[in-house]
Order: sequence, then structure tokens, then C-alpha cells
Amino acid sequence: MTVPRRVPSIVHGLRAIWGSRWTRRNTITGLLFVSPWLLGFLVFELYPIVASGYYSLTKYSMTQPPEWVGLQNYIELFTDDPIFYTSLWNTFYYVVAFISLSTVLAVGMALLMNVKVRGIAFYRTLFYVPSIVPIVAASMLWIWVLNPQYGLMNTILGGIGLPRLGWLSSPVWSKPGLIIMSLWGVGTPMLIYLAALQDIPQELYEAAVMDGANAVQKIRHVTIPLLTPAIFFNAVTQLIVAFQYFTPAYVMSTRWAGQAGGNPGGPVDSTVFYALLLYRYAFVYFKMGYASAMAWILFVVVLVLTILLFRTSTRWVHYGGEA
Amino acid sequence: MRAGLAMLSEARQKRSKRTRAALNATGTHILLALLGIAFGLPFVWLILSSLKTDPQMLRFPPQWIPNPIMWRNYVAAFNAVPFLTYFKNTVFISGFNATAIAVTCSLAAYGFSRIRWPGREALFWVLISSMLLPFAVLMVPLFILFTRLGWVDSFKAMTLPYLLGFGGAYLIFMLRQFFRSIPSELSDAARMDGCSEFGIYFRIILPLSKPAIVTTWLIEFMWHWNDFLRPLIFLKDPAKYTLALGLYGFNTYRMGQWSLLMAATTLTILPIVIVFFFAQRFFIQGISMTGTKG
Repeated sequence: MTVPRRVPSIVHGLRAIWGSRWTRRNTITGLLFVSPWLLGFLVFELYPIVASGYYSLTKYSMTQPPEWVGLQNYIELFTDDPIFYTSLWNTFYYVVAFISLSTVLAVGMALLMNVKVRGIAFYRTLFYVPSIVPIVAASMLWIWVLNPQYGLMNTILGGIGLPRLGWLSSPVWSKPGLIIMSLWGVGTPMLIYLAALQDIPQELYEAAVMDGANAVQKIRHVTIPLLTPAIFFNAVTQLIVAFQYFTPAYVMSTRWAGQAGGNPGGPVDSTVFYALLLYRYAFVYFKMGYASAMAWILFVVVLVLTILLFRTSTRWVHYGGEA
Repeated sequence: MRAGLAMLSEARQKRSKRTRAALNATGTHILLALLGIAFGLPFVWLILSSLKTDPQMLRFPPQWIPNPIMWRNYVAAFNAVPFLTYFKNTVFISGFNATAIAVTCSLAAYGFSRIRWPGREALFWVLISSMLLPFAVLMVPLFILFTRLGWVDSFKAMTLPYLLGFGGAYLIFMLRQFFRSIPSELSDAARMDGCSEFGIYFRIILPLSKPAIVTTWLIEFMWHWNDFLRPLIFLKDPAKYTLALGLYGFNTYRMGQWSLLMAATTLTILPIVIVFFFAQRFFIQGISMTGTKG
């Protein structure tokens, strides 16, 4: 008895969703416009991530069909693979050092550029050009800059009386060397900060001066709070990129390995970053299931950290207009 | 007397303010110049190195000025690897993908901004979250998929996904922001005149968004020009190598020849720097368009 009464309400509901002929036509047109991207998303992103989850529960070398092993890959990674922890440590080292240093440097440079002095256009170009240099070319250049004997870096350090460092040949200094190279490409976030600085209304500074603020106080209480949305934006985008740090470490340590023998990631595994190890398991050893388990762990870590960043953002990110 | 003192102190204050401003400007100049040197010196070092002889490069302490100047290094580097093949491959892959992405992403951005339909916002959130998906997570399943499809070691794996906007979420977002700033009255008027939705996209929105489209195209072009990981995974045959992969190969089999490597590196950087100087404003625009606005 209830059925016939419910049918019209379902029809009603459907009609509300499907809407009038007008909305229906809009829905079809809208979907048509986004369909190439949507299809690409389903085939090249959604399917792979699901497939990767399945592979991570198998042993799979691509010569034979995947063999179901349950959680064994994950267990092995966490309990029986010391280099996995090395790669985690290297990656966290890089992510934390790079994101914090690049933020300080980029904000500092943007503040300097925001002072109206002459030659800003020149500096803007000079600071930005390194970030458009192809990454492999930049790696080649920096291998030579960081060469312990003949390199630019040690020539300068020695020239001003500082100790010359081992850089890429030293397990202690290889990561700092790579981080310095990454900082060379800080031009993009710097330009984002500069654009954000130029959006800060001049009245706010005038009001701060009226209240007796000095230059440092102005930066601390006006500039930095208003830059937090840009800092947040950069932190989120850099987090995802930095966790996948690969090319310079791979290219530069191959060169080092070529001189001393061994896999990319040296010296003494000090540049085995997460993506480097994942690449090695997948495309050198063809342990596709094991590599997929690593990939899923990375996915979860990045996701959790991003969510945490968003959660904490309400506490430290100030959006203009609320104040 | 009092008034005089007050005037004096005011004058002193003014003067100290002026000196402080001058000092600040000088300080800024000095800091900017130091940073400028730090950012520019690697380029100078690269070009000087590329013009040295190998024995001169390996002299300690290092010498700055090349003597003799070895222009020949560039010819040798150019001939040492099939540079032209790599160049052609890179231009093809980058140009094709940039065009494909510009088309697909502008279509999607139009669907996400200029037409109202139920489910649009939900799907847009899917798009935003897809930006959080690291390629490192996708590379294994994609390699398996492309191997099955027979795309590996051909340009198919390097180009076909981009026809469907692969990795374009960021650019769709950027274009959507731009499209939204165009007044809706323009579309409404065209609709009244019986213009189709595609007609509005093609004849009104695209022409009005030329700078944004050019920026999208350039960002994607540069991205593929610089890309190393995808060619490394998907291309095996040296005849299909891109410049990035070619330069990497150059490194591994020409260990001792630093000067040639630096010349080859300069040759790889040069085209992209030239493009940058001609299209600088589009790059800057791209950055301020994404940034924090919206």
C-alpha cells in the first residue's frame, strides 16, 4: 500500500534533481564541456590509484599475474626494510628544511623587493630565471658548482676564510647541498609573496604608524599576518612537490655513483629520498606490488599532512576583510 | 627660546628620519645586490666553465677567466649527442601537450564557471582534491597500464593522457578564476541571439581570455620541456629521448669532460631563457593569477 504512494514522491525527487528541461540541458552541456578532463581523471588518475591499492596487496613483477599476499608488503616495509626508514628520514629532512628556509628566504626577498628602489625589474628577472632552468640542466650546473675541489661554492667559502665542505661527496653535506640548489629556484614563491605584498592597503601601515609602530613592528603586526594566506598556499603546494623530490637527487647522485660505483642515492644512502627508493623498487627491481605499497603510504602521509595544515590554518592564517 | 628648541629638535628629527630612510634604501640596495650575485653567479660560472679547456677546469685554485676561449666546446657538445633529434622530440612533445592541455582545460574551465548545473560544485571539489594526488603514487599503475596498452617507449605514453587534460587540474582552476571575471551579460546577450554554448566559448570567452590561454600554454610547455621523470620511465629508445634525458645520458657516458657538459647544459638552458625573455609578462601573470586570489 505504501508503494504507490511513494512512487510519485520518488518521481518528484528525481525531477527536483534532474530539474526542468532548462537545467537538464545545462547539465548535459556542462558535463560535455568537462567530459574530456573527467574521462582523463577517471582513466589516468582514479583508476590508477585504485589499481595501485590492489597491487600493493600483491607480489607483482609484470612477467606473471599479480599474486595476492595481503598486507605482507606493508609489514615488510615497516619491520624489515631499514632503507625505507632512511628514505623517510631523508625526505622529512628535505621537506622540513626546504619549506621553512624557502619561506623565510622568499618572504625576505619579497619584502626587499617591495621597498621602492631602482632596478627592481632587473632583480625580479634575475631572481626568477633560475626557477625556469630545466631541472636536469640545473642539476648538471650544480654538480659543478658543488664540486669539492674545483667548484664555485668552495672557491667562495675558501675565499672568505670559511671551511671548504665535501657537499655531494659527503653524507653529512649532500642534503644541505641539494637544499641550497632548491633554494636557488625560490623565485616562484617570491613572486607570489610580492604580489600579495602589493595588495596590502597602504592605510593599514599609516594606521600602524599613528599607533606608534616602528618598522619591525609594522612587519610583524601588519605585513606578516596579511601574508599568511600566501604562505599557506605555498606551504600546501610545496608540501606535495617536496615529498616527491626526485630529479636532482637522482641525476646528481648518478654522477657521484659513476665515480664511485653503486646505485643513485649516495653517498652512503644520504640522498635516497622516498621517490628515489620507490623508483628503484619499481623500475630497477620490478617489485611493483612492493613499490605500490610505498606509493600508498606516501599518498596517506601527504593527505594527512595536508589535512593537518588545513586544520591548523584557521589558527594562523588571516584572511583580509575579517579583521 | 622654547619654540626655537622645538623647531630645532623637529628639524633634527626630520633630518634623522631622512638619513634613516637613506640608510634603509642603501641597506636594501646592498642586500639586493648580494642576493643578485648569489643568484646570478652560478650562471656566470656555467658560461665561463663552458668556454674553458678541460685541463684549465681541473686546475687548483680555480681560474675564473677562460684562456684560451674554447668556442669549439659548443660545436663539440652539439655533435657529441644527437642534439637536434632530442630538440625536435622535446619541441614536439611539449608543443603537442601544451596545445592539448590548453584546449581541454579551457573547455573544462568553461563548464566549471560559465554554465550553471547541479553537481558542478561537487565535481569541482573532486578536481581540487585531484591536485593532492602525487604523480609518484600514479607512476607504477600508469606504467603497468601503458605497458598493457603498448604505449611504453613511444610518444603515446608521453602525449595521449594530456589530450584528456592529465595533470591539468591546476590550470583548470586558474582558467576558471579568469573566466569568472568576465561579465555574464556578454554570454546572456549572445544566448539571446541564439548563439550555442560552444559558440559563446569559442567566439566570446576565448578571444577575451587570450592572455590566460597563452599563460596556460606556456606553463604546460615549460613543464614538459623540463620534465625528467616521465621520459625516464616511459622512453627507452635513445632516438625518442628528450633534451632532459639526453643531457642526463650525456653526463653518464662523458664523465671527465666537464667543459663539454657545461656547454651542453648551456645549450639546453638557452632556448628556454630566450622564450622567457620574450614572454616574461605571461609568466608573471600566471603567478599572480594563481597565487592567493579567489
